[in-house]
Amino acid sequence: MLEIRNLHVAIEDGSKKILNGLDLTIHNGEVAAIMGPNGSGKSTLSYVIAGKPDYEILDGEILLDGENLLEMEPDARAAAGVFLAFQYPLEIPGVATMTFLKAAMNAQSRARGEGELKTPDFMRRVKLGAEKLGIPQDMLRRGLNVGFSGGEKKRMEILQMALLEPSIAILDETDSGLDIDALKIVSEGVNALRSADRSFLVITHYQRLLNYIVPDTVHVMSNGRIVKTGGKELALELEANGYADYVSNVAA
Amino acid sequence: MVAVKETVEQVKELDVDQYKYGFSTDLEVDKAPKGLSEDIVRFISAKKGEPEWMLEWRLDAYRRWLTMTEPNWARVHYPKIDFNDSYYYAAPKKNAAPKTLDEVDPAILDAYKKLGIPLREQEILAGVQTSKVAVDAVFDSVSVVTTFKEELKKAGVIFCSISEAIKEHPELVRKYLGSVVPVTDNYYATLNCAVFTDGSFVYIPEGVRCPMELSTYFRINEKNTGQFERTLIIAEKGSYVSYLEGCTAPQRDENQLHAAVVELVTMDDAEIKYSTVQNWYPGDADGKGGIYNFVTKRGDCRGANSKISWTQVETGSAITWKYPSCILRGDNSRGEFYSIAVSNGMQQVDSGTKMIHLGKNTTSRIISKGISAGRSQNTYRGQVSAHRKATNARNFTNCDSLLIGEQCGAHTVPYLESKNASAVFEHEATTSKISEEQMFYCRQRGLSAEEATALIVNGFVKDVLQQLPMEFAVEAQKLISISLEGSVG
Repeated sequence: MLEIRNLHVAIEDGSKKILNGLDLTIHNGEVAAIMGPNGSGKSTLSYVIAGKPDYEILDGEILLDGENLLEMEPDARAAAGVFLAFQYPLEIPGVATMTFLKAAMNAQSRARGEGELKTPDFMRRVKLGAEKLGIPQDMLRRGLNVGFSGGEKKRMEILQMALLEPSIAILDETDSGLDIDALKIVSEGVNALRSADRSFLVITHYQRLLNYIVPDTVHVMSNGRIVKTGGKELALELEANGYADYVSNVAA
Repeated sequence: MVAVKETVEQVKELDVDQYKYGFSTDLEVDKAPKGLSEDIVRFISAKKGEPEWMLEWRLDAYRRWLTMTEPNWARVHYPKIDFNDSYYYAAPKKNAAPKTLDEVDPAILDAYKKLGIPLREQEILAGVQTSKVAVDAVFDSVSVVTTFKEELKKAGVIFCSISEAIKEHPELVRKYLGSVVPVTDNYYATLNCAVFTDGSFVYIPEGVRCPMELSTYFRINEKNTGQFERTLIIAEKGSYVSYLEGCTAPQRDENQLHAAVVELVTMDDAEIKYSTVQNWYPGDADGKGGIYNFVTKRGDCRGANSKISWTQVETGSAITWKYPSCILRGDNSRGEFYSIAVSNGMQQVDSGTKMIHLGKNTTSRIISKGISAGRSQNTYRGQVSAHRKATNARNFTNCDSLLIGEQCGAHTVPYLESKNASAVFEHEATTSKISEEQMFYCRQRGLSAEEATALIVNGFVKDVLQQLPMEFAVEAQKLISISLEGSVG
């Protein structure tokens, strides 16, 4: 279970406050969607959960199964089960995707005090996961994300998610830049990973993604806070009416 | 990833000091009096039991050296060197000329063992190492042992110390010594001609493919001692050899001078592949101590269709001043330079290559990867020139620099000169930083900061690592990671 309480966050140099007392609870097995206009702090929230160093935590706490994430390094959070699918996945030239996947999987199992994967087991898992997402084998030999299209990069994020088996997966605008076919493949990949002990935080601008990844809860974010919480029908309402009501609510 | 794991383990094994070769070996030594003079040159020559012609050659070089001035065009800074404040000869006392390994002082064997260099042929044959490598081990001023000599002899290959070659193969040494790097080539090379003490000699006869990798390990052990080694490799028509040198030194507070000269000659259709893993002591974090590495390396593609390839992994030394070069004299000859230069702490690197196109249809390729961290300065300096008669000369240069942190510098200084209209030179250069975004991405996937840096750097140098013989590529990869230890976080 992920619990965020009264979270206040500013950009590191203190110039701008982005999260203003955010509260959010996501139960095991729950798929929560966060929607909101540009600049409402959605991406910041995902970075702060994952531990990106550019932010200053002014107040509040983030607990994963009772453990305080804010006291942990980003790699320790990853080992504890936090996964962030990036909106803009980074390129690592010269590092074969396969090599990167193995390094990441081994680093996490080491951190958890488990043994490293045997190479044939690793290969089998990667091959199977790649097939499901329509990722060709030769892509796995290329430098990570180097020269990949937007859709390929997003699929690679989902493959990493599948292999790393997180307990909370955050998808930061995974639908941006995807055509409808890619969107379907990515969504199927995500749906296949839904389980009773894994929760999701799906960040998106548009309702479209939520037709494919159907959320249990929908939260509207504005000005660094959750201003409205509802079921999946809330997404449809937003699609029809826009964010204007919620934004002005806060302003008032 | 196995290499990353090894790197991390290796880094963990290191305690306070990250330079793991910093130990010194206590030995009784035979030293020349401190300083430099004609008498010292005579002393060295006498110690080596050299013939008269060699002494004359040295003295001539010494006299010329006195008239020369230290070059100052490189982007490196250091206090003026007092050449009289150093020892020019130091040899372990026991068994000055051992015939077999059993005669070598066990303390020296132990030192090489600590360095991870297998000298005992039985161990190598027993499968301690996967492939066979013949080793010439040079300790301070003398070669202490050369392995696999008998087996190489059967193939007609001569692999011995240069001191031995001067006595045993004077006709070859006289013919080739100084024929690639002339006596007056530059200040340090001339100094080397006067006072060089040992090094390796390789002769590959016509049509022979050397049956194993040859390698030399140089170790500076004595305090205040300069090491001036001299290496000469000759590949006759249609022959091939792959040669690797490795270098380490103990941790000392004072700076020590290393001024080597390496000459390579390839005749028609011959090929020499020369790899270096240089890990001299780089000095401490504040720039105290460390080796001044002033080296002249040059290969002469004398014959048609011949090829010389330099691969270097430079992680050590306080100052590196080194430009392994190729003279592409033979028609259709080819020169290659692959370099990884890592600088951290207060290290200064000014390194690159020269590709001199003289013959027709000559080609050259330069791939240089500079990695700067800490407060270091890392300069690539390269010259590519095409002579008037070098019709269809081709060069491709790619220089990439990677910066880690905010206080280091990377510089690229290419000189391109063509006197033939048909020459085509291409130059690409990039400078990048390990971005915080890349680091965060890797760490989000579970990698520690050290692991992430190692992974990104390994990706950056991949093209060059691939050029190294397999075993050395793994070693080099570890070395690079260790050299960058402490550069992040």
